Amino acid sequence: MIRRTRVFPAAMASLGAAVLVVAMGGCGSGNDSNSADKNTNSRGPITYVQGKDNNNVIRPLIAQWNASHPNEQVTFKEQSDQADQQHDDLVQHLQAKDSHYDVLNIDVVYVAEFAAKGWLQPLTGQFKLDTSPFLPATVKTGTYNNTLYAAPQSSDGGLLYYRKDLVPNPPKTWDEMMSDCSIAKAHKMDCYAGQFAKYEGLTVNAAEAINTAGGEIVKSDGRTPDVDTPAAAKGLSMLVDAYKNGNIPQQAITYQEEQGRQSFEAGKLLFLRNWPYVYSLATTDGSSVVKDKFGIAPLPGIDASKPGASSLGGHDAAISQYSAHKATAFDFIKFLTSEETQKTFATKASLAPVIASLYDDPTLVKQLPYLPTLKNSLANAVPRPVTPFYPAVTQAIETNAYAAIKGDKTVDQALKDMQAAIQAAGS
Amino acid sequence: MSVTSGVSANDKAEQQAQAPAPERKRGSSLHRGEGRRGIFLVAPTIILLAVVIGYPVVKAIVMSFQKDPGLDKATGMFVSGGSAGFSNYTHWLLQRCGTASCPPGTLGSEFWDSVTTTFFFTAATVVIEVILGMWMALVMNRAFRGRGVLRASVLVPWAIPTAITAKLWYFIFAYDGIANHILHTHILWTGGAWASRFAIIIADVWKTTPFIALLILAGLQVIPAETYEAARVDGANSWQRFTKVTLPLVRPALMVAILFRTLDALRIYDLPAILTGGGGGTGHATTTLSILVVDQIRSGFNSAAALSTLTFLLIFLVAFIFVKFLGAHVVQTQQRQQKGTI
Repeated sequence: MIRRTRVFPAAMASLGAAVLVVAMGGCGSGNDSNSADKNTNSRGPITYVQGKDNNNVIRPLIAQWNASHPNEQVTFKEQSDQADQQHDDLVQHLQAKDSHYDVLNIDVVYVAEFAAKGWLQPLTGQFKLDTSPFLPATVKTGTYNNTLYAAPQSSDGGLLYYRKDLVPNPPKTWDEMMSDCSIAKAHKMDCYAGQFAKYEGLTVNAAEAINTAGGEIVKSDGRTPDVDTPAAAKGLSMLVDAYKNGNIPQQAITYQEEQGRQSFEAGKLLFLRNWPYVYSLATTDGSSVVKDKFGIAPLPGIDASKPGASSLGGHDAAISQYSAHKATAFDFIKFLTSEETQKTFATKASLAPVIASLYDDPTLVKQLPYLPTLKNSLANAVPRPVTPFYPAVTQAIETNAYAAIKGDKTVDQALKDMQAAIQAAGS
Repeated sequence: MSVTSGVSANDKAEQQAQAPAPERKRGSSLHRGEGRRGIFLVAPTIILLAVVIGYPVVKAIVMSFQKDPGLDKATGMFVSGGSAGFSNYTHWLLQRCGTASCPPGTLGSEFWDSVTTTFFFTAATVVIEVILGMWMALVMNRAFRGRGVLRASVLVPWAIPTAITAKLWYFIFAYDGIANHILHTHILWTGGAWASRFAIIIADVWKTTPFIALLILAGLQVIPAETYEAARVDGANSWQRFTKVTLPLVRPALMVAILFRTLDALRIYDLPAILTGGGGGTGHATTTLSILVVDQIRSGFNSAAALSTLTFLLIFLVAFIFVKFLGAHVVQTQQRQQKGTI
C-alpha cells in the first residue's frame, strides 16, 4: 500500500510530462509556407513512394535510372496494396514533414487534398512540365485551383464489355442497351452490371451516369456542389430505373469489380461496365466461358454522337514539399512520365498510358487490343470531383446513390441530400 | 519472500491475518532502505505506460477541442481551425453540421445509428454466445472418450484471425455463395439491413462462442463432484442441479466471460468492416462506432478525436456499470471461494 502511494506521484509526474510534450507539439505544428522555396536546386539521393508493385515493373525502372545517375540514386519505398492504407501512410509521413518522402505516387482522388494542405511542390516556374503530350483529362486530375501539382503517371477508364456473339453491334446509347436487355432475357441471363455495392466503385459508377447525362457533381472550384439539377437527376434515374425493372439484377447491389467480372466470365451477364484489367483475365482465365465471345466498347452515352463519360482512375506523381532534393525529384518525375517509361508500364503492368500518342502505337495495340477503345473512353472521361474533401464527398455520393438505387428514397430526395452532404463536407 | 521460507503458505496467511503489526513494521523498514530503488525500478514501466497510454489519451482529448483545418476560400489552401470549444462534441451528439442538422450521407448523421448498432450487436452476440457457450462447456465438462480432441477442435474458430474469418464468411454470404445455395434462397446478405446484421451476428457467434465456452469450462472444473453427488442424494433433478448448483458456482467465471465479451463487442471493427464494409440497409446498417471513427479519420483528425473520446467514455461507462454492480460480486465470490467458505 505504502509503496503504491509513493509511485503515484511519479506516475502523475510522467503524465504531466506527457501533457507538456503534447502542448509543445501543438505549438510546433504551425504553418510554414516557406518550404515551397527550399531545396529547389538541390540534387542528391531521393526516395520514391508507391503502392505495392504487383507486376515488378518499378524496380527494374529504378535500377535503370540508378545506373545512369550514380549521385542521384533512387530508393523505392513500397506501400501496401490497399488504397486507403497508401493514403494514410502518405498523410502520416507528410504531416511529420518527412524529408525522406521525395516523389509520391498518389491516387488521383487525393491530389487535391494533399495540394490544399501545402504538401506538394507546385509544378510551376522551374518545375514547369510540358503537359501537351498527356491526355487532357489526366492533366485535370493533377490540377488544383488552376495550378498543376502532380504529373499524370498512369490512367484508367471504364469500358463496356459485351457479348459479341449475342449482340453483334454494341449499344451506343443507354436506351439502346436497355432495349438489348430483351436478348439477355431470352437467354436467361442478367443484362447489365457495374459496381453498385456501397464503396468507392459506386461513386465511380454514379458519377459516370451523372456526367454522361450532362450533370456535374461539384463546380470547377472543387467545393461548390452542383448535383441537384435535372441533368444529374436524369443520369441517376438511368441506374435507378434499370435496377427497378430488373435490367440491373438485384444482386448487383452487392457487386464490386470482381463479382461482376466473375458473373460475366461465367456467361451469366450480357453487359458489364469494368476497368481494362478484365480484358486479359476474361481472355485467359480457365474458368472463363466467354474467351472469344466478348467485345469491348466505350460506355454508352445519351445520344449516339457522344459516348458516355467515364470516370478516371490512375495515379499521379508529385514532389513532396519537404523533399531535400527537389531538382532530382523533378528529373525523376520526367523520367516516370517519359514515353519510354510509359511504354514499359503499359507492356509490363497493363497500366493505361497517360501519353495520347501511345494509344495509336501499333506494337502496343497488338499487345493491348483494348487501347483504341480506351482512348475513346478517356477522351470523354471526367475526373471524379477534384476536391480537398474527397473522403467526405465520396461518402455523400455513394450513400445517397445507394439509397436511391435500392429505392429507399426518390432520385430527387437523394440528390437533394447529396447536395447538402457535399456542402456540409466543404464547410 | 525469503524471510518466510520454510513456513507454509497457509501459515503465512494466518500470520498476516492475526498479527498485522509486526508485518507492517517489517514492511516499512524494508521500504526505507529499498523504497527509492523501488521507484527507480518501476520508473521505466511508468514512463513507458505514460508514453504509450497517457500520451495518446491526453493528445486525443487535446485534439478534440481543436477545429479541423478549414479551407481558405481565397487561396484554396487549408488553414488551421483554432479552438473548437465543444463544437466537435456537439457535432456528433446533436448531429449538427454547421448550423443545420447533418444531411444523410455525412458521417455526422450516422452517430446515433451506429451507437444503436454497436449496442445491438453487443447485446445480441453476448446473449447468444453465453447460452451456446454454456451448453458447449457443459458438454465438454463431461468425461468421455475424445474429450481432449473435442476441446482442441472447439478452439479452432477462435484461433483463426478475425480478418480471415470475416473474409471466409464474406464468401459464404456472397450472392452466389454457399449460404444461399444450401438454403435455396436469393438473399442479399450484405445488402439488406437485417440480413447484413444477421450475417455479422452469425459470423461473430461462430468465432467467439468457443472463447466463452472455455472460460465457463474453467469455472465448471473447480466445482467439486461431491456437490453434485450431495444434490443428487437430496433428490434434486438435473434441472435443479443446474440452477441450484452449477449456475451459482460458475457465476464468477461466467461474469468474467460476459464482461470480457461485452467490452470486446463494443469495440467491434474488423468483422463488419471486412464482411459488409459497414454497409447494408440504407447504407450504414452495420456501421459500428469504431468503423465510424476510422471513416472520420480520413476527413479530419480532430473531429475523429472527439468521436473516439466519446466512444471511450461510452465503453468506460459500460465497464464501470459492470464492475460496480456485477463485477464487485465477482471479486467477492472469488475471494470467498479461495478461502473455502463457499
